Amino acid sequence: MKKFTQRIDKEKLLLAIAAPVLAVVAALVVTALVILATGKNPMPAFNDMLSYGSASDSQVYILNKATTYYLAGIAVAVGFRMNLFNIGVDGQYRIAAFLAAVIGGAVSLPGIVAIPLMILAAMVTGALWAAIAGVLKVTRGVSEVISTIMLNAIATAIIAYLLQPERLGQLDQAGTLVSTKPLPHSSWFFSIDNGDAGQIWGFVVIAVLVGLAYWFVLGRTRFGFDLRAVGQSESAAAASGANVKKMIITSMIISGAVAGLVGLPTLLNDSHQFDNSFPLGLGFTGIAVALLGRNHPVGVALAALVWGYLERTTGHFEVIGYDKEILGVIQGVIVLCVVIAYEVVRRYGLKRQQQRVGAELAAQAAKKQEVTA
Amino acid sequence: MKILYGMQKPDEGTITVDGEQAVFHSPADAIARGIGMVHQHFMLADNLTVLENVVLGGEKLYGIGAKARKKIKEISDAYGLGVRPDAMVEDLGVADRQRVEILKVLYRGARTLILDEPTAVLVPQEVEALFDNLRELKAEGLTVIFISHKLGEVLSVADDITVIRRGTTVGTADPKNTTTKQLAELMVGSELPSPETRESTVTDVPMLKVDELRLAATDPDGVVREVLSGVSFTIHKGEVLGIAGVEGNGQAELVEAIMGMRDPDGGVITLDATDISHAPTRKRREGGIGYIPEDRHRHGLLLEAPLWENRVLGHVTERPNSKGGLLDNKAARADTERIVREYDVRTPGIEVTAASLSGGNQQKLIVGREMSHNPKLLIAAHPTRGVDVGAQAQIWDQIRTARREGLAVLLISADLDELIGLSDTLRVMYRGRLVADADPATITPEELGSAMTGAAAGHLEHHDSTGGEDR
Repeated sequence: MKKFTQRIDKEKLLLAIAAPVLAVVAALVVTALVILATGKNPMPAFNDMLSYGSASDSQVYILNKATTYYLAGIAVAVGFRMNLFNIGVDGQYRIAAFLAAVIGGAVSLPGIVAIPLMILAAMVTGALWAAIAGVLKVTRGVSEVISTIMLNAIATAIIAYLLQPERLGQLDQAGTLVSTKPLPHSSWFFSIDNGDAGQIWGFVVIAVLVGLAYWFVLGRTRFGFDLRAVGQSESAAAASGANVKKMIITSMIISGAVAGLVGLPTLLNDSHQFDNSFPLGLGFTGIAVALLGRNHPVGVALAALVWGYLERTTGHFEVIGYDKEILGVIQGVIVLCVVIAYEVVRRYGLKRQQQRVGAELAAQAAKKQEVTA
Repeated sequence: MKILYGMQKPDEGTITVDGEQAVFHSPADAIARGIGMVHQHFMLADNLTVLENVVLGGEKLYGIGAKARKKIKEISDAYGLGVRPDAMVEDLGVADRQRVEILKVLYRGARTLILDEPTAVLVPQEVEALFDNLRELKAEGLTVIFISHKLGEVLSVADDITVIRRGTTVGTADPKNTTTKQLAELMVGSELPSPETRESTVTDVPMLKVDELRLAATDPDGVVREVLSGVSFTIHKGEVLGIAGVEGNGQAELVEAIMGMRDPDGGVITLDATDISHAPTRKRREGGIGYIPEDRHRHGLLLEAPLWENRVLGHVTERPNSKGGLLDNKAARADTERIVREYDVRTPGIEVTAASLSGGNQQKLIVGREMSHNPKLLIAAHPTRGVDVGAQAQIWDQIRTARREGLAVLLISADLDELIGLSDTLRVMYRGRLVADADPATITPEELGSAMTGAAAGHLEHHDSTGGEDR
């Protein structure tokens, strides 16, 4: 037991938590200043955030949102751990969800077959879409940042082309909305009914499984070790025997496969079809969530919940006379602060440890001298 | 050193320059006080001329034109540096580059020069020339702080010696009546270590055979050059093969080709009768190659990872680090404790990051890690560079012990005493070729030095540095 507590360095833990807390606090301060600048009192707004955010229907809403954000966050985090910046999660999940919706609408299979089929199709599509960027990086040296941004645009164009009445889409009865063929009721994912509070999407179970798999693969497998090594120092990893090129492609594929899942909570638990109102930009939310959560499986979960909470509560601002655009301000400031705070804390931590090690060694040496003297 | 140059702030204590107390917040403050630093690794832009390199960042002093050129000429002549302002830095040799670095510092008005291990990259003849320059500077009233691990050099150039061990001053010495032995004892706190190994353990079982190895690489200008041409040698069990050479003559590439980090364009590498010419790095490591890299920060460690993860690095597929595809973190931790104990890695624990250890302790960890997998072949590139004398002696001991047990060692070093002392066979590398060989029992550093600059080739005999058969 003593060993275990030793391992959890209190100071390290404190530093790890300090950065995100600092960022959120800074964001709230800035938000308060912005609200003050518009001539209103920020205190009622914060009070409302607390009371409205803790209402039971809000909690269900936040959890459902967080399910999606968590998957997006993990997809990005896989890349981050490897020093790859997968901005393409956005395109990957949209094209994956679109294809899954088309397949789910086309087949008439029992749910127990159809649902796994859709999940698999989405993961494969996302993985392939991301792999393009990986292959380009390895063979042609194209930065994944550039290629994935472009692939996002291409995904948008492909979906727009295919989502037309004479191709893979169909017009609804009112003749106003084009969508994929709706999923049969048997292909809906289960959800947990909470009465008035709403329904908790069952996909949260998949999100938890993904989180566990992420933790296990990175922390407990040889593959995960290689991946982290490449992320920390490509040259040292290559010298250690990791095949850096293979690792880049593999981790892009994994990141893309997880990204493929991002659209599924919405598709299988909510919309049951893909149309133009399908959520956009979740990939970018994922970047923010992964940053705030320090790429840690639990950290990302907390970050996803924070994001859902902010969205829910600021959505209510209009009702009580504030501007809902405040959301953008809070989120923007958090991301900015997080990036700065992590770097500051990281450097401080490294230096602090160096000093401590030096001091402890000096103390040891002094003790030894006393003994011999 | 970092404190003197304003790169780090002291916790306590004072610095006095010219009778005045000084506080440095940044290198700029130090420069303003007339303190200049010549780093171990040169900080020059290759694609600029000497003049451009010197004025870079100091444009305000004398402009960038004729006035600056005149000033450079003036300094160069005054101290006998012999620097040509219009030469491209990429065309200069290591010694010339060092003189440019010194000039850069003087140009900024330094009155106190800090030289960090300035002789590590020089051959003995160049070291002598550098010392002449330093004496010149001294005669002009400048102060020089010369930091070195090489005791002989310190004794020959210094007027006053301060010995620092583990962060504290352990003594001062007067070079006029101190011997290397006394100085070393002051540094280690005990007997002088020496790299000498005389009893031969060489067997006739070849362990590593490199045959006609060729490698071409693209240099920064996009020109494809052959960095290794026709390199052949054999290392037997129990043999240490030393490769001497001025850095940048293909040693790093040779190591990377043997480790599988570069794919050779021709030739065969055989390890213990298995052809590994194009095998991936991991296969080679599993096959029994231990690797002490030249640049431990780039190739040997994950600086921000804890020690036990660094123990796993490079041997992730081997026991005790993993079973099947899964890591065995518990066993890895336990084994790290063992390495820390057996190899005397000074650390408060195995959870601290590798970055927080001193260079010597980092190196001991690497040596311990590589030795823990019973290598057949050890590649040791500059194994004691930037390592304190105590750790140096330990590392030498470990290499010697392993050699006695039948390990084959490829030793690459810029420290000629280390090379001569540890090796059973010596080769000299120059411009990607093995140009000369020598018997470590009789050869002197000076003779080796002349072959390293390309002045001699073939078999080097004592007192006969140009003779011998060509090969």
